[in-house]
Formats: sequence, structure tokens, C-alpha cells
Amino acid sequence: MSTKQATLNQRAIQQKKHGFLTEINKNGMLYLIMVPGLLFFLIFSYIPMGGLVMAFQDFNIIKGIFGSDFFGLGNFKFLFADGTRETVLRVVGNTLWLNFLFIVFSTIFSVALAIMFNEVRNKHAKRITQTLSILPYFVSWAVIALLLEAFLKADGGLLSTTLANMGINISFYSDPSPWQLILVIMKVWQGAGYGAIVYIATVTGIDPGIYEAAEIDGASRWQKIIHITIPILRPTIVLMTLFSVGRIFYGDFGMIYGLVQDNSLLFSAADVIDTYVYRMLRQLHNYGMSTAVGLIQSVCGFVFVYAANKLARKYEPDSAIF
Amino acid sequence: MTTIKQHKAKIKVPAGDKALTIFCYSFVIIFAILCLVPFILGLSASFTAEVALAKNGYQFWPSEFSTAAYELLFKTSQIFDSYKVSIFVTVVGTALSLLATTLLAYPLSTGKLKYAGKLNFFIYFTMLFTGGLVPTYMLVSRYLGMKDSIWVLIIPILINPWNMFLLRNFFSSIPGSLAESARIDGANDITIMFRIILPVSTPALATIGLFYALAYWNNWFQALMYIDKSELKPLQAIIIEMLRNADFMKQMAGQMGVQSTQIPSITSKMATAMVTIGPIVLVYPFVQKYFTSGIMVGSVKG
Repeated sequence: MSTKQATLNQRAIQQKKHGFLTEINKNGMLYLIMVPGLLFFLIFSYIPMGGLVMAFQDFNIIKGIFGSDFFGLGNFKFLFADGTRETVLRVVGNTLWLNFLFIVFSTIFSVALAIMFNEVRNKHAKRITQTLSILPYFVSWAVIALLLEAFLKADGGLLSTTLANMGINISFYSDPSPWQLILVIMKVWQGAGYGAIVYIATVTGIDPGIYEAAEIDGASRWQKIIHITIPILRPTIVLMTLFSVGRIFYGDFGMIYGLVQDNSLLFSAADVIDTYVYRMLRQLHNYGMSTAVGLIQSVCGFVFVYAANKLARKYEPDSAIF
Repeated sequence: MTTIKQHKAKIKVPAGDKALTIFCYSFVIIFAILCLVPFILGLSASFTAEVALAKNGYQFWPSEFSTAAYELLFKTSQIFDSYKVSIFVTVVGTALSLLATTLLAYPLSTGKLKYAGKLNFFIYFTMLFTGGLVPTYMLVSRYLGMKDSIWVLIIPILINPWNMFLLRNFFSSIPGSLAESARIDGANDITIMFRIILPVSTPALATIGLFYALAYWNNWFQALMYIDKSELKPLQAIIIEMLRNADFMKQMAGQMGVQSTQIPSITSKMATAMVTIGPIVLVYPFVQKYFTSGIMVGSVKG
């Protein structure tokens, strides 16, 4: 590693010596093939960042971004106005609370599944159960929403009829109260098996000698899980949680819109920032205000993602992707 | 071998171990079954006669077997149009994404570019901060005029920065001596990339390609935002339409001249879902290992 570092440093020193033209002359081809990719990020990531000025404009679709008038913080006023303030607080609250629930339950189930998969010694059973548990991750939320209807629909849905037979009548598509629970269950159902893969990789990498030593000391399987497996998994758990916390301001649009769509009866439980901005844009055509909410989300999101990456790098220097 | 066996036999199995094993097996098996159950319920519903479904509700075995839902589905031109769109977007999109990602990842992995650090940050920053939905929508629909074009389903989501960094890290892990020996033989950077680096990277390219393919196949967001023409809607977007509009199937069949009283509108929704996940379920057992290796590269090694 250190020799590699040394050669890299040497290379860096050599590179410092020559200027822009020499660099292009030398590595022109390599820069040239990057052009399409760099243009992609310039157009589809950086130009929209510039488009955030719409948040400060009295945006008019005919006049466009360059023709619309600026009117300062006018678009942010509605955040504090009566009537909308409650809605904004609700969608921000739902976003943070639902993401918090998703992080907690997904992590618990992914780690538990990984540990339990490891306890399953029968090869066929292990392979089949693992394959099946990852399957939902490969299906879109749109399809999952259709499959969910088969359980929750008032007429004939498997779960709602079963509950009705037991005397419990819930009209799932008009009653928001069970929806946060439903969303958590769906999140775990869809992602826990896939999320477990990371932990399985760590568990299978554990030196079997450690377990054997514990066995000789008379440790039970449970003790081995508590005192060996979980402590070894802890850095991975912390890291994965950190990355999820970094994205806590971003609602899972694909999931929430896929499952709830425009069903306003369920908004109190399931409406998140992303679905709210989408509705303001597509239904109310309120460009300035929806950009204002989007801007606040981007800024808060940036602070969290940046902090999470910083912490992750401090905690586990190898983990940083960049 | 025998000594180990004897040794193991001497160790007393703690009493709780058996219970724990049973618990783990049951938990894992129940979870796996729960993962499968909704698909079976959907499959069964799609083969049930509409009247029987209305009377008996959703069941795991069709109470009255019928293929009417599929017959209706294949009578409409919509499902064929959508299939074509989905396949085109998945195949062409994956190829273009893989190409653009590789052309970005390889130069950044070589370690000989003076501006690599700045370019890395240029890409990394897009993962930290976004312009968000509204400016992107304005750009794509108003200024680029991509509304109702099939390319809007590919171009605005062409490169995933995360995939780019995964691939770059993989390329960097290839021993430099491989490229160096080719360079001595007079090969230039492009030849080295195509002749030396890419052939030894097929597992990584397969993984990234599958990530892209799955994302394209399952994407409905782009269509929701930018596609109004029904013949340009991919399968997933049709499903979203069905979810949003309970009468969508009736309207679709009405256009084909089918009488609305005979339309199996609930079961044909399930049939559409089955047709949509069909290719994934068929391919998935064979490609699963690439996905698992991909996520491990991504999160453990980085």
C-alpha cells in the first residue's frame, strides 16, 4: 500500500510541473471520451441547480426562467401562512418520521435476517430462502401496489376480508391510521432481504477460529451471536445507518407515490415532501412555491448527506466511495 | 479430520442451541414464504374468472379458472406498444448507460489525469446536492423539449454517479502492470481500455449493466412526468395509470370495441402486473449472483 502511495505521490509531483496544454496534449483522448458523461452531469445536474432561482421568482410559464420577475422571498411566505403552514409541517414531519421508522426497522430486520441465514446450515434451504427474500427488491413499487390491493381492497382483499370475518372492519384505502404501519411493513418486505446481503458478506468473512475458540469455552450459539457476530457487524451497521440518515430529508417518492398515488384520504399519514412537491407542480402548477420547498429540501438534504459522509469517513476511512 | 470430529464430539451441545436453530429456520422460512405469497396471490387472481373473484375474493388457487384477463390484454394494442417501449428503453438505455459510464470511469481510474480530482468532485457533488424536481422538470420539458419523446425515458437518467464510482473503483483495482505491458508494445489509452481493461472487467460490467437494466425496466417516474402519449408509455407507467384510474382498463378495452360489461377489469390489472414482472422473475435466478456481488463491492469495499 505504502509503495503504491509513494508512486502516486511521485506521479502527482510530475503532473504539477506541466500545464493545461501539455496535459491535453498528453491525455487528450482520455479527456475526449469523458465529454459525453461530463456533459450529462452539466446538463441534468448542474443546470437544474441554477434553476433553483425559480424559488425567488414570480415564475410565469410563458415568460420562462429568464423572463420571470424576481420577488425575493415571496415564495417562502406561504410556508408560514395559515393553512399551508400545517401542511408543510405535516409533510416534513412525515418525511422525517417515516424515514426514521424505515431506517430502524430495515436495519433490525436486515441484520436479524443475515444472522439467521448464517445459522441455517442446510445449503438448499439457505439458497432457496435467500433467493426468495431478495425477490421483492426486483419488482417496482407500481407492481407492488397492485399486489397490495389484493390484500387490502375492501371487496375481496385477502386481509380485509379475513379481518372482517374476525369482526374488525378497516377500510384501508380511506382510513389513514394503519398506513404508517403498512408502509413500514412494505419497506421491510421489499428491502430487508436485499439489505441483508451486506451483513451476510461481513458475517461470512468472520474467521471461523473465533467461533471455534468460543465453542471450546462452551459458548452457546446465542452467546456467540451476542458476543462475536453482533460486535463484528457493528461498524457495518453504523455505516449503513449513517448513509440512510444522510438521506433522511428525501422521501421515497417511488414507494409512497406508487402505493398511495393521489389518494388524499391517506395524506395525513403518508404525504412526504417529495409527493407534496410533485402535486404542487403537476396539479396546482405552482412553480415558484414548489421550487421553494424543493430548495429547502435540497439544502437540508445537503447538510445531512455531507455530515453523514464526513462522519462515515472519520469512522471508517475505507468506506468512503469518493 | 478424525481428530477434529472426535474433538467436536466431546464438546457438549448447549441446551438452547437446538431451540435457536429451530427459531432461525422458522423465521427465515416464514420470511421467504411471505416474500413469495403476494406474487402467488396475484398470479392466481389473474387466472380467475372476474365474477368468481368478485364473489369469493382473492384466493391462492383460482376458484374458477379463466384466461379471459390475458385474452383481453393481448387483444388491446396497448400492452404490445408498452412492451416494445419497455424493451427498447431497457436494452438501448442499458447499452448507452454502460458505455457512457465506462467512458467516464476508465479515464478517472487511470491515475494519470491531472484534473482527475476536480472531475471526481464535479461528479461527486451531484450526489450531495440536487436542483430537485421542479427545475429538472422545467429543463427537460420546456427548454429541451423532450416531452413525449422516447428518449426522455433514457437520457435524463443516463448515468448514475454511484454506479460510475463503483466501476471506477473496480478499474483502479486492476493491476497497473497489465496496462503497462501493453503500453510498452505501443498500444494507446483507447486500445488498452477496449482490449485489456474491459475484457477482464466483464463481471463488474455485468453487475453495473444489470443495475441499469433493472432501473430502466422498473422506472415509471420518467413516464409519469414526461409522457402523455399512450403508445409511448412503458409497462410500469400503464400500471400506475391502472392504479390511479380504476376505469383505465375499461377505457382501454372500449377503444378496442369490447363491450364494457364483459371486461374483466380487476383480473386484467393483475394480468398486467404478471406480464410486467414475468421477464424479471425468469431472468432473476440466473443473474442474482451479480447483484449480490455488486452490492458487496459497493458497501463493504467502496
